[in-house]
Amino acid sequence: MSNQTRREFLRTAGAIAAASCLPMTAVEMAFADKSKNFTFAYISDAHIQHIKGAEFVRNWDRGLIRAVAEANLLEPKPDFVVFGGDLAQLGKKSELDHGAEMLSKLNYKTYCVMGEHDYYLDLGEYWSKLFGDHYYSWDHKGVHFVVLNSILTYDEWTHERWPTAEQRMLEMAGLDNPNGSPFMVGEKQRKWLEKDLKKVSKDTPVVVFSHSPIQKIYAGWNFWTQDAEEVQALLKPFDDVTVVYGHVHQIQYNQIGNISFNAVMATAWPWPYPESYVHADVKWPNMTVPMNRADPFFERDATGWQMVDLDRGRVGLRYNLYDNTDRTVAYNRDTGRPEDMDFQDEADRVPPQTHY
Amino acid sequence: MNKIYLASLALLAAVVVMSIPAGQAPGSSPPLGLPPVPVPEGNPQTPEKVALGDKLFHDTRFSSTGEVSCATCHAAEKAFTDSPLKTSEGINKLTGTRNAPTVLNSAYMTTLFWDGRSPDLEDQSQHPFVNPVEMGLEDHRPILDVVRSDPEYVEAFKDVFAKSADEVGMTEVMMAIAAFERTLIAGDSPFDHYYFTGKASALTEQQKRGFDIFVNKGRCVSCHIIEQTQAVFTDNRFHNIGVGINSIQDDVPEIASEFLRADASLAEVDIQVLTDPRTSELGRFVVTHGFDGVGAFKTPTLRNIALTAPYMHDGSIATLRDVVVHYNNGGVTKKDDPVNDFLSGGIRPLNLTEQEIDDLVAYLESLTSEEYAHLAGDAGSGK
Repeated sequence: MSNQTRREFLRTAGAIAAASCLPMTAVEMAFADKSKNFTFAYISDAHIQHIKGAEFVRNWDRGLIRAVAEANLLEPKPDFVVFGGDLAQLGKKSELDHGAEMLSKLNYKTYCVMGEHDYYLDLGEYWSKLFGDHYYSWDHKGVHFVVLNSILTYDEWTHERWPTAEQRMLEMAGLDNPNGSPFMVGEKQRKWLEKDLKKVSKDTPVVVFSHSPIQKIYAGWNFWTQDAEEVQALLKPFDDVTVVYGHVHQIQYNQIGNISFNAVMATAWPWPYPESYVHADVKWPNMTVPMNRADPFFERDATGWQMVDLDRGRVGLRYNLYDNTDRTVAYNRDTGRPEDMDFQDEADRVPPQTHY
Repeated sequence: MNKIYLASLALLAAVVVMSIPAGQAPGSSPPLGLPPVPVPEGNPQTPEKVALGDKLFHDTRFSSTGEVSCATCHAAEKAFTDSPLKTSEGINKLTGTRNAPTVLNSAYMTTLFWDGRSPDLEDQSQHPFVNPVEMGLEDHRPILDVVRSDPEYVEAFKDVFAKSADEVGMTEVMMAIAAFERTLIAGDSPFDHYYFTGKASALTEQQKRGFDIFVNKGRCVSCHIIEQTQAVFTDNRFHNIGVGINSIQDDVPEIASEFLRADASLAEVDIQVLTDPRTSELGRFVVTHGFDGVGAFKTPTLRNIALTAPYMHDGSIATLRDVVVHYNNGGVTKKDDPVNDFLSGGIRPLNLTEQEIDDLVAYLESLTSEEYAHLAGDAGSGK
């Protein structure tokens, strides 16, 4: 093998992985002011779970530890990191402390989003001590960022229905639980958002981070926000709006009007797409590549974290998927929606495994 | 679907075509437990080429001191390793960073070197000549000077490649060495007789219990693969198993960034990983620049493993028993050491008992090929 061929062999073998270490600008720059483009990292859904004493579920620990260590390797360095919620499994202080210690190893400023697993034991009290406000906003290089606490629900369910805080936490943690309750942003926070957005010009890109999707996908698993339409209405006047959410532990993307939606992976475990919902004939969310079964040997399989590229106010998410083909979902300015850059064309898709 | 299906058919066809000329001796069938040796289309096996490769493999003139050949660190009497050295001694007793892996069955590897930075045996063979801590040549010129002037070589190259002295280049040298290495195939172990021919008495009761742990509780087989009709005991992939990388854990971001910014050429990478221990521990990352590669090294075959102590890419674990304990601890050699941040998701504590650990070691000792069995007892068992 000649040196040239050898170089090609090695580069081909490593091309996908190499790009994952160098956040790429997903969309070609045509004219924009380059100083306004930047990257950040997004880690979510660690579900740190206390067993007893000093013992925590090892697999969930390893997932977050590895994502943090890898984010510290990024070159060039991201401007900040977002943790997308569900740091804890059952909202315990021990879990939040253990998780916060892992997040503290990040070499970057870190913004945190509230998840229902962080909240329903003490209604976010201890989380606040560690991470601050439940909802807030800031500006960075010409982009307005908003963090919402989207996992609230009806006051009656939260305050009056359950004999203990522990039971309330467990009821909200269950899937397909008839005792559960839909997530919502709530009136108080929507009023705050309305006021917060008043000072932002309509051509300023707005990026919202929430734990649950600010769109309605599947109620049984709370892939859902009850007042999604009201929140969307507040975002509607802006030219470029993106919502990035966790909770669903899988890649999803969608476009509603001017708002792009992107979901992120979990570091803990993958969820499948809710089958019962796709069986109905719907056109969205655009789930082109269903999540396959996770390899039971390889604990990091079907988990991951994201490098996010902000290009002229629109995001491209590069998913770092362990021992797997990395994927990039980026906003396509021609079609006006986020798209998977490799698997959009039907002929390029990998058929899902349908029997095991 | 169709596209992928056709592509895999084409791939299968290519493999079949490549497999026809067996590596061991042209025309002969592979030893028990091993598939036919893959031979690249452009470099068919011939007895004359193999003999030429053998001669090149043992020639010490291809080093700057005239004292080191390929066989110095891959010695037949040490099952083609440099056991018991942790890392081999090249010219002037200089040592590198990596434990010399056995050449036995390397013909089945889909990449070469511990970090897979070389795609085949042909390519691999050219690098140690010019590595400063191995054979130390400035460039390949001195090799060509020898093979173009030594009458035996001139004759042999003419015979094998139909090339005159002036036409012989490194390509022919590399092809001959690779052809020789493709004959270093060893199966036919007690385990092969037990598993592939159903001879129950080939293994002891303890080894049989160890085999059960190998495929079940120990989860070894997930990477050291055994198939229905053959076993090469490797997945040809790269895993961070918590060896070496711990020594640079806190500095990984700095070392990795430095490495990426330098954007070293492949030749530079080759020298860097053998001369700089810190870069060496980045493992597969230096080739792919990907997160999965940090601290990851190639799964070695387990055939003849009892003969090739010490173990791991850096030779840091002295005995097979210590290797099993390392895995039993979930990827740490000493139980209370920190677990590596980049550890592969397949590595987790196994909760094996002392007895089970002994059983597993006994099983690993059943993987020694009959023709190398006389070398056993020197190293490795941990007893």
